[in-house]
Amino acid sequence: MCGIAGIINLTENHPPPSVDLLKNIIGTLSHRGPDEFGYYRDLNAGFAHARLSIIDLTTGQQPLCNEDETLWITFNGEIYNYIELRSELEIFGHRFKTKSDTEVIIHAYENWGDECFKKFNGQWAVAIWDSRHKKLVLSRDHVGILPLYIKEENNRVWFASEVKAIFADPSVTREINAIALDQIFTYWAPIAPETIFSGIEELKPGTIRIYEYGKNKIDKKFWQPTFPKKDNVSRRSYSNINEATQQLEEKLLNATKLRIMRADVPVGSYLSGGLDSSLVAWMGRKVKQGEFRTFSIRFEDAEFDETKFQHMLAATLESKHEEIVVTKKDIADYFPEIIKHTERPILRTAPVPLFILSKLVNDYGFKAVITGEGADEFLAGYDLFREDKVRRFLANQPTSKIRPLLFERLYPYLALSPSYAKGISVEFWKRGFDNLNKFDFSHVPRWTTTASLKKFFSEELQGQLQTLPKPDILDALPEEFADWDTLARAQFLEIITLFSGYIISSQGDRMLMSHSVEGRFPFLDIDVIEFCNNLPSDYKLIGLNEKYILKRVAKGKIPDGIIERKKQPYRAPDAVSFLTNSSNQYVEEMFSENLLKSFGLFDVKTTRGLFNKVSEKIKDGNYTSVSNSDNMGFIGILSAQLLVHSYIKENPSIRNNNFKFSTIIDRVQGI
Amino acid sequence: MNKEEIGKTVSNFISKNFLFNQEKQVDDTVSLLGTGIIDSMGTLELISFLESNYNIRFDDEELVAENFDSIEKIKEFLSTKLNHSAA
Repeated sequence: MCGIAGIINLTENHPPPSVDLLKNIIGTLSHRGPDEFGYYRDLNAGFAHARLSIIDLTTGQQPLCNEDETLWITFNGEIYNYIELRSELEIFGHRFKTKSDTEVIIHAYENWGDECFKKFNGQWAVAIWDSRHKKLVLSRDHVGILPLYIKEENNRVWFASEVKAIFADPSVTREINAIALDQIFTYWAPIAPETIFSGIEELKPGTIRIYEYGKNKIDKKFWQPTFPKKDNVSRRSYSNINEATQQLEEKLLNATKLRIMRADVPVGSYLSGGLDSSLVAWMGRKVKQGEFRTFSIRFEDAEFDETKFQHMLAATLESKHEEIVVTKKDIADYFPEIIKHTERPILRTAPVPLFILSKLVNDYGFKAVITGEGADEFLAGYDLFREDKVRRFLANQPTSKIRPLLFERLYPYLALSPSYAKGISVEFWKRGFDNLNKFDFSHVPRWTTTASLKKFFSEELQGQLQTLPKPDILDALPEEFADWDTLARAQFLEIITLFSGYIISSQGDRMLMSHSVEGRFPFLDIDVIEFCNNLPSDYKLIGLNEKYILKRVAKGKIPDGIIERKKQPYRAPDAVSFLTNSSNQYVEEMFSENLLKSFGLFDVKTTRGLFNKVSEKIKDGNYTSVSNSDNMGFIGILSAQLLVHSYIKENPSIRNNNFKFSTIIDRVQGI
Repeated sequence: MNKEEIGKTVSNFISKNFLFNQEKQVDDTVSLLGTGIIDSMGTLELISFLESNYNIRFDDEELVAENFDSIEKIKEFLSTKLNHSAA
């Protein structure tokens, strides 16, 4: 994968972007693409590219153009069906000078225009500059695996894979966007197009943005998740679960094969010890000749550790297995760097181990891995989906003393908890019971719990929020949403909030690319997604048995112990990591009265109260009693403070000028 | 034990321990769990506080939402329990 960036003038009034500026902006993305750098420049446009070479190592340099050099492209990603598309385009008369997927995009665009993006199976963030019509086309893959940020001001447009590249232009202002902070402290993530920075947009997944001289900008959505209306079976090519299981297996195997074989470098596999990554690794092993490499994180805390299952699978696959142990100290030590990569506040420390894991992969010289992301969203693996079912069941008879016992099946720790948890906590699950048909019923407990953290917002921030127009998440819902069943509705909300804004970004692309590792996701193959979305809901979640059809696919392939184990949410130690090591002075500093006041986001008294409460519990060795809310508040505030510190007070765009452009097409200088 | 005193003590504990701000008060009738003021671990903190502060123990069957989910409910339940054990 790669880093992309560019600057486009939409009037003649601006000078062309300077080579120094292009070098500065793309230099901030060298972690995404350390192998080669290139730029294209004319009087109106500057495109830059930082390359991680994976396909067509010798001639795949960018920026790249079409036959008559009128269309230019800078591209981050993989189009896995590029070989098939290339054959199709050759019939239309297109001639190719490289073997890369990048060149296929440019000819596909030439041939089919904006419609071309519907034909791609892959992951991408791409910019195409039509120098004849002075038109810029930006596009991002179906579910937003790869990031793309945009800023526009005074008829000038900046775009980049990461915000830090845009901030490398000193004329760009850097401010916190209160709306996104409000979203993070509700949904756990900003919802595109909002970002934590004012004036910087994230292009929504599955969307094309077009800028053209003298015209208004246009957004075109080419894809979003859809589900069948209740009882609509017309899009199904199977008549029972056995046939569906077999078809899912074929599709997943094909998706894995594309992701293992379509690379000119070896592709390894992450191994978490759970069902999804185990099955993906099994399929990778099946299609790959020769040595197969797997990589895992272990935790020093038994609570989070899954080593037993990782070893079980590595033995089954006979893979060459590498692992690294993550400690609480690592979490605290790396956290400030993590926030520079996530470029947004986060409520959990779970990205940190993934940062350490991509480093391990990079240390062994690997540039790409397959991983299991997406199965929990598209095949209903999360507890939240089961919780929604039990809550609806309880809502039918809210005074029942028996029905709440089902929560213990969902969350076995409840059965071990003192009785307070059973008797009183039931009120927690009853949130939202006043309207069972409300669109967000499934997410009310999570969102209200998280939103209670806004008590830490400063008066100034709260006042600001009252004056700002709040984007309504309802606006993002498709018209047919109400016709879907309850599981589909919960899945959709999960995909557009947590998945897009956190799982696939803060825990996904950002942690992988921090060490120049490309993630490849068989479950996010568009054929697999469409197939999963059309499945009857009870093939995904039957009773309280999650990912039912996937377990059927896995049967006989991976050890039963992995298929049948209780799903373990991926977590890492939270607040405790920061308060057991005296070396992390930055934590005290970020929570200091001085910085809280000076950054202005959080109320000093309230935040200090939280800090003291959590510190005392941890000092007393009582860290397991730090509540979920207090943990999230602690991590959320710490990460937001770090973000302000490193992105607003200082400019994070560390200049990496220690490289030379190897691809130079400069129409201004006539090169 | 006076009901209003109990209410004040509980309310102060909630302000200090969950809102982290003594100047903010939770309305007596608001559902503590339903609105996210406390979470399940918070319930443990609240129960432990009441047990140690009033030197009492709650039986399992007493630990239900009807007795603890708002300051009003705690006030009612606790004053009855305390007066009962005093008598």
